[in-house]
Amino acid sequence: MNLSNDKGSMSTASSSVVSDKFPAGLRVLVVDDDPTCLKILEKMLRTCYYDVTKSNRAEHALDMLRDKRKVFDIVISDVHMPDMDGFKLLEQVGLEMDLPVIMMSADDSKSVVMKGVTHGACDYLIKPVRIEALKNIWQHVVRKKKNEWRELEQSGSVDEGDRLQKPSEDVDYSSSANEGNWRSSKRRKDEEEEADDRDDSSTLKKPRVVWSVELHQQFVAAVNQLGIDKAVPKKILELMNVPGLTRENVASHLQKYRLYLRRLSGVSQHQGNSFMSSQEATYGPLSSLNGLDLQTLAAAGQIPAQSLATLQAAGLSRPTAKSGIPMPLVDQRNLFSFENAKLRFGEGQPQHMSSGKQMNLLHGIPTSMEPKQLVNLHHSAQSLGGMNMQVGAHGGHSGQSSSLLMQMAQPQARGQILNEPAGGQVPRLPTSTGQPILSNGISGGVLARNGIGENGRGTGYNPVSQTSSMLNFPLNHTAELPGNSFPLGSTPGISNLPSKGGYQEDANSDIKGSAGFIASYDIFNDLQQHKSNGWELQNVGLTFDASQHSNSLQSNIAVAPSVLINQAYSSSQRSGQSSNASVTGKAIFSVGEGTEHGNGQNVGQHQHLTNLLGDNSMRVKTERDASFQPALFPQHFGQEDLMSAILKQQDGIGPAENEFDFDEYPLDNIPV
Amino acid sequence: MDRNHLKHQVLNMRRSLFDQLEELKDDANPNFVEEIVTLFYTDSARLIQNIEQALVNKPIDFVRLDDMLHQFKGSSSSIGAKKVKEACTQFGEYISAENAEGCTRALQLIKQEYAVLRRKLETYFQVYRWRDNLDKLRLHICSDLHKEPSGLAICEN
Repeated sequence: MNLSNDKGSMSTASSSVVSDKFPAGLRVLVVDDDPTCLKILEKMLRTCYYDVTKSNRAEHALDMLRDKRKVFDIVISDVHMPDMDGFKLLEQVGLEMDLPVIMMSADDSKSVVMKGVTHGACDYLIKPVRIEALKNIWQHVVRKKKNEWRELEQSGSVDEGDRLQKPSEDVDYSSSANEGNWRSSKRRKDEEEEADDRDDSSTLKKPRVVWSVELHQQFVAAVNQLGIDKAVPKKILELMNVPGLTRENVASHLQKYRLYLRRLSGVSQHQGNSFMSSQEATYGPLSSLNGLDLQTLAAAGQIPAQSLATLQAAGLSRPTAKSGIPMPLVDQRNLFSFENAKLRFGEGQPQHMSSGKQMNLLHGIPTSMEPKQLVNLHHSAQSLGGMNMQVGAHGGHSGQSSSLLMQMAQPQARGQILNEPAGGQVPRLPTSTGQPILSNGISGGVLARNGIGENGRGTGYNPVSQTSSMLNFPLNHTAELPGNSFPLGSTPGISNLPSKGGYQEDANSDIKGSAGFIASYDIFNDLQQHKSNGWELQNVGLTFDASQHSNSLQSNIAVAPSVLINQAYSSSQRSGQSSNASVTGKAIFSVGEGTEHGNGQNVGQHQHLTNLLGDNSMRVKTERDASFQPALFPQHFGQEDLMSAILKQQDGIGPAENEFDFDEYPLDNIPV
Repeated sequence: MDRNHLKHQVLNMRRSLFDQLEELKDDANPNFVEEIVTLFYTDSARLIQNIEQALVNKPIDFVRLDDMLHQFKGSSSSIGAKKVKEACTQFGEYISAENAEGCTRALQLIKQEYAVLRRKLETYFQVYRWRDNLDKLRLHICSDLHKEPSGLAICEN
């Protein structure tokens, strides 16, 4: 099936997010090193009428993404890939192209899913991926675009009425600190909408500005120089003196920065020093993340001395060793491996606090991280290790500083902060729902905000699920927060919680065997030969001379339905003959059998079969036995019975399928 | 009909992954599932081999093993191989516990389930082909019969 032609026209036609045919034509890039999965995904996506491009190598995918001639709306990537870690790819895409990225893996351990969240994935699918899950991925594209527009609008109006807006911003912020940034941003948006003057340029898509570490540092320096209250985009721009940077870029960045600071201060005050008392709240690991923010913020005077002191008191204050901090900052695993409900940030993991950034208390605390933070983190990480995204750093979870930070669903999600790319915020970890990407250097205040203090710890994780319902996090360890707290109990090691604990060791033994089955196939072979239709039953029969009983039984059973089908068919063809071999509870084959070759023969065979199947524990509805009608109907049932019996044997479930009338011969649930 | 609708809904919920894969086939890829499964065979054979290799190396690189396992788990679950996937989960536990011996045992189990899977799938495809042939034959016969003046309607369709 190839809708690609149609899609081609559709995708050009639907340049706007919402068009009639949407989401058809959505341009998806799938990256997975497993060819089986890749092919299946591609097919499923095509079935959804999406425009699919696949790649089995991350580097190649990146090249395609960077290629200006190709445009994509969304990226789906596997986590475990040999040439590049999926998370690394995720970060790259977020930084460079700011597209929504969906991660997927057979690995459903919480730590990995968390990693996805923290790196900014907008969704995480567990393999096997159902087509229904893929049908909905367009929501991430829409959400992102929506957030982008909002950001642009906001930045546009900020330009205009920067000063005027401040007071309203204050109002907004204070409330937002309590409830949620969404509300405030929404309010702001509404105001703006009414207000007018939408600067035309702000609604147009501007080329993104990537807020690199250096750029951000320049920005922060300029802001500090001017004083946060007096810092206006125009002056900042002048101070920064960066060619190509526009006032709008600075304005939106400033706005985010302000929100971030507010949040820090608001939260820390809010929480008081509650977290101070919590011993556990050692933000060691977090601090180890490269968070230069705390220092920066402190310098900017934004961090209330209180929280800073608290943080330091917590013993996390290691000087931000921006330089050469080995990137195995906090090993993400460690971060997550809280055995208790409490957040034990630093406990027992002093070694990770190499970078001593306290900031990342947020590890896992949902904070709406300003994108700057994110930027900081990333950049600092970069400066540290020369890596990129280290947070995505491959080195086995090390340096997942950014990962740590990621924000989990913050209730206060200023989701838009992260999502917005207005002015090119950098770390574009594409997050669709307000999941701010926590970057490692989030200041301690944020942590406090997140409620480490509030919740008394341990959990401080905002239920991820709040905003990222898509993640399906159980997150329930110490549910102090409304919603889930991250269990964090999962040790890194245990990546695969045996969710399906017991696989059937002995599936084989389910079917009590009887060699009779094998013999029966021989009989059928004869039958088949009569038919001379060249069916390969003979071959099948031969293959069943398998050594193991159970195995052969299983395979026999698998064949049985087909045999039955054959019988059924042939019966139907002859129609009218219903000698039906009385089915004695076991001889499934009796259904429909008795026809072709003459009753006598069949009957004889039936009896033979019956004997053979004597101790077969498969049960078949005996009602069916007699009066085999020429209609296909009973044959259906027969097959159902067979299937259900088989399934029951193997899976221990009841013959539930019998209630359904299958329209065809669905060999469903081949027990594999 | 409501009853049918409900029935279909339930059927939909109950349909296994394998069923879903079957549904993906179309005119352009009539043997989609078979193609996928063939792809799976080659890929998984390679993976199993790599895993075995990794287990004999000393010291065992559990991280790499974990990656490989997840890949194998991903592809087997994608085609709906439940038992193999469960065996993989078991294997995964041993990996996280870094229990080499447990890993070896788990690998044996995986291989066993995999062998069973292959057998079943082969059978399945054979049956599948029969069914297709059967359908074709039936249609053929029916169309022939319809030409008969006797009007004997044998085919139910």
